[in-house]
Amino acid sequence: MQLLHLAILSPFLFAFIIPFLAKYAKRVHTGWFVLILPVLLFIYFLPMIRMTQSGETLRSVLEWIPSLGINFTVYIDGLGLLFALLITGIGSLVTLYSIFYLSKEKEQLGPFYVYLLMFMGAMLGVVLVDNVMVLYMFWELTSLSSFLLIGYWYKREKSRYGAAKSLLITVSGGLCMLGGFILLYLITDSFSIREMVHQVQLIAGHELFIPAMILILLGAFTKSAQFPFYIWLPDAMEAPTPVSAYLHSATMVKAGIYVIARFSPIFAFSAQWFWIVSLVGLFTMVWGSFHAVKQTDLKSILAFSTVSQLGMIISMLGVSAAALHYGHTEYYTVAAMAAIFHLINHATFKGSLFMAVGIIDHETGTRDIRKLGGLMAIMPITFTISLIGTFSMAGLPPFNGFLSKEMFFTSMLRVTHFDLFNVQTWGVLFPLFAWIGSVFTFIYSMKLLFKTFRGNYQPEQLEKPAHEAPVGMLVPPVILVALAVSLFFFPNILSYSLIEPAMNSIYPTLLAGHEKFHVHISQWHGVTTELLMTAGIVVIGTIGYLSLNKWKGIYKLFPSKLTLNRLYDKLLTLMEKGSYRVTKQYMTGFLRDYLLYIFAGFIILIGGAFAIKGGFSFKTEGMAKIGVYEIILTLVMISATVATVFARSRLTAIIALGVVGYTLALFFVIFRAPDLALTQLVIETISVALFLLCFYHLPKLRLKTKTRTFRMTNFIISLGVGVIVTLLGIASSSQRTKDSIASFFVKHSHDLGGGDNVVNVILVDFRGFDTMFEITVLTIAALGIYSMIKTKVKEEGKSGE
Amino acid sequence: MNEQKTNDLILQTATKLVSFIILLFSFYLFLSGHNAPGGGFVGGLITSSSIVLLLLAYDLKTVRSLLPVNFIYVAGAGLLLAVLTGVGSFVFGAPFLTHTFGYFQLPILGKTELATATIFDLGVYLVVVGITMTIIQTIGEEE
Repeated sequence: MQLLHLAILSPFLFAFIIPFLAKYAKRVHTGWFVLILPVLLFIYFLPMIRMTQSGETLRSVLEWIPSLGINFTVYIDGLGLLFALLITGIGSLVTLYSIFYLSKEKEQLGPFYVYLLMFMGAMLGVVLVDNVMVLYMFWELTSLSSFLLIGYWYKREKSRYGAAKSLLITVSGGLCMLGGFILLYLITDSFSIREMVHQVQLIAGHELFIPAMILILLGAFTKSAQFPFYIWLPDAMEAPTPVSAYLHSATMVKAGIYVIARFSPIFAFSAQWFWIVSLVGLFTMVWGSFHAVKQTDLKSILAFSTVSQLGMIISMLGVSAAALHYGHTEYYTVAAMAAIFHLINHATFKGSLFMAVGIIDHETGTRDIRKLGGLMAIMPITFTISLIGTFSMAGLPPFNGFLSKEMFFTSMLRVTHFDLFNVQTWGVLFPLFAWIGSVFTFIYSMKLLFKTFRGNYQPEQLEKPAHEAPVGMLVPPVILVALAVSLFFFPNILSYSLIEPAMNSIYPTLLAGHEKFHVHISQWHGVTTELLMTAGIVVIGTIGYLSLNKWKGIYKLFPSKLTLNRLYDKLLTLMEKGSYRVTKQYMTGFLRDYLLYIFAGFIILIGGAFAIKGGFSFKTEGMAKIGVYEIILTLVMISATVATVFARSRLTAIIALGVVGYTLALFFVIFRAPDLALTQLVIETISVALFLLCFYHLPKLRLKTKTRTFRMTNFIISLGVGVIVTLLGIASSSQRTKDSIASFFVKHSHDLGGGDNVVNVILVDFRGFDTMFEITVLTIAALGIYSMIKTKVKEEGKSGE
Repeated sequence: MNEQKTNDLILQTATKLVSFIILLFSFYLFLSGHNAPGGGFVGGLITSSSIVLLLLAYDLKTVRSLLPVNFIYVAGAGLLLAVLTGVGSFVFGAPFLTHTFGYFQLPILGKTELATATIFDLGVYLVVVGITMTIIQTIGEEE
């Protein structure tokens, strides 16, 4: 284990002590302790820029399950490092912000910070790990922590709904992605992304290429809230605002973008990738911005805006594939460059906007744009933050959003000149969509800013009189907007340090030898088409914003019954009803029916498999002689079994069954297996005690009510199980294709396991994994029994009151 | 558990002595498990059986005041210990759940073998005690 692995795992480790800090150090807000970690991690990752800048990468392997090729391989290159810095940097600011947002008196801080740290670690894992199986594990952990954070105020119904929705959609996408990873593994026989990139020729020619690509894209699209999966993101806004700023705008939703960028070298050469990624992105951009305009909740506007901006970045990544066909001239790589640049810009302005909205919500008690207004004079700093944030989002100078939006237009305009994948026919749609989306972006940005801060102050509509936020809440967004401004004036700080190395990761095969990407971002290109497009946006957008009331009716044209949300809800109720109906068919509530299913399944599956494969065989060679003791014990056992079946009372049956068990223990003694005998004896004792306990609750044994068919089925089933088990035992000792593994265990138990008791060494060392899962299952079973009985007792207690 | 009034004086008196012997025996089995018959699983079962004996001789309340532990936590702690033993091997750069052992000269005991497997086995032991007692207590309590 190296420091790198520890850095990724440190949030998880730190999360362990959070509950204690929250409980015993109540005088200090828990957030102050948490803040230390992302800051340290940021400082730890920052100097690595120098390494990625020179085109080097860092790889460190920690063996996890080497026999399956699943290792905790940390791989740091430009792309991963960029994300790691975003995660820790924004993470620090958000943590600072949350200290003032969440009151330590009213809120449960322990769980909040545990989930937040869990997310931070999981997200670092996603972006810094080279092994797809480990990546997938962290990926689902981010979904899980997002679920927990959205449902943080779990007493609100909307929070629970939003949490469940996000989990269902992102985890289904994650499962698709897992499928894609497995397909890639089948093709390349490796779980390492870098290995896969080396075998790109093999993958491209394989018939599973398209399925693998689509499955992985599904994972990315669900996570990055692309059409039609975006519906979870607006509902995720029920989370506390720091969470929305962190997970649902700056980092987690960009995991999909990360995956697309990461797998670009593998898939991007194909036409399908180009079309799917760029069109889904573009359409989402227009769709999201169009719907953002009609929202009245500040956070909903931001949610749809995030959907739209993510679409924009994804479309650029899709278009960037052209460079793989034409070579690395700036003409074609501009899209990838713009995508990375905008990714950073989006984190700055959207993060600050979320924080500003959080401040408004916190200090006025509402986020409803219809109730807000005239806050400019009351909250001047928040206004300034929002002004910079929205103008940057709308793509106006002098803010960083302007630069990346211009580059976005450049890349879209160049698509029309591509001589690739029949782009000529549809190529003009790219800049057109981009432009329309940007007009709506301008409109909702203005709406967000002016409806909140201009107009009339309506104190009677607000829950509390508005006032400016405390300094601590203002510092993080101020840092972010300061970045937004300075990145406009000095964008090339980023180009050498972050953008070029990240492009290296997207196009690992493009550069020969010591070539480098040369990224230079300038504010002024002269009067270009892009600039005219921006001017057009401002003009049309302003008209559109001022006449909003006149064309608002357009939203009513969308039938309310046909929305994606309705579809989701319908699908969910349908599935619930369907599964309820199916389950009701066989869940009768009688234990004996369930046992019937289990045993019938056993007979059919095991017996069937053996019969088909011709597994039953009987050989007497190599068997020991049957002695007197064995015969006696067998007779005792048989008579006890018969007694169990024909017993008239349950007590007799239980005792007779105990006899069977103890006789079995004696068999172990005869065959010199002290461990087994010991265990069997104790198990028998305890299970008889358990039986007696349960016996207390059971109704009296009624033999009369049992019908003939009931008895016959029971007879057939029990006979079947008995026969199958007997045959199985005989067959497994009669045919051995290979030497028994036992000799290995016996031979090496002392030198490898350090113990002379082979059985124990097998249990705890050689097959320790089995034991670990067994005790896990046992614990789960005990918890099941505990909760079943306890909840039942509670319900009874309630009805008795 | 025994609610009806029965004369179980002999059982109770015997239990006082026997349960401790069983308990000690179970510890012995657990510790010696690596080299002689025994181990965490059997040890745990025998420990629980001694508690079950107490439960039979006395009642739930008495036993609870004697052993004021929530057995679910015991099971959880055991599982955590077992998993941590597995994770611990990462610290030494070895794959998950790699065990090691060594011989040490200890005071009084002399040359003794200490194995990480024993820690794992302790986890198993705790889980077994925890779950057996949880199940028996919850079902017994329901009356």
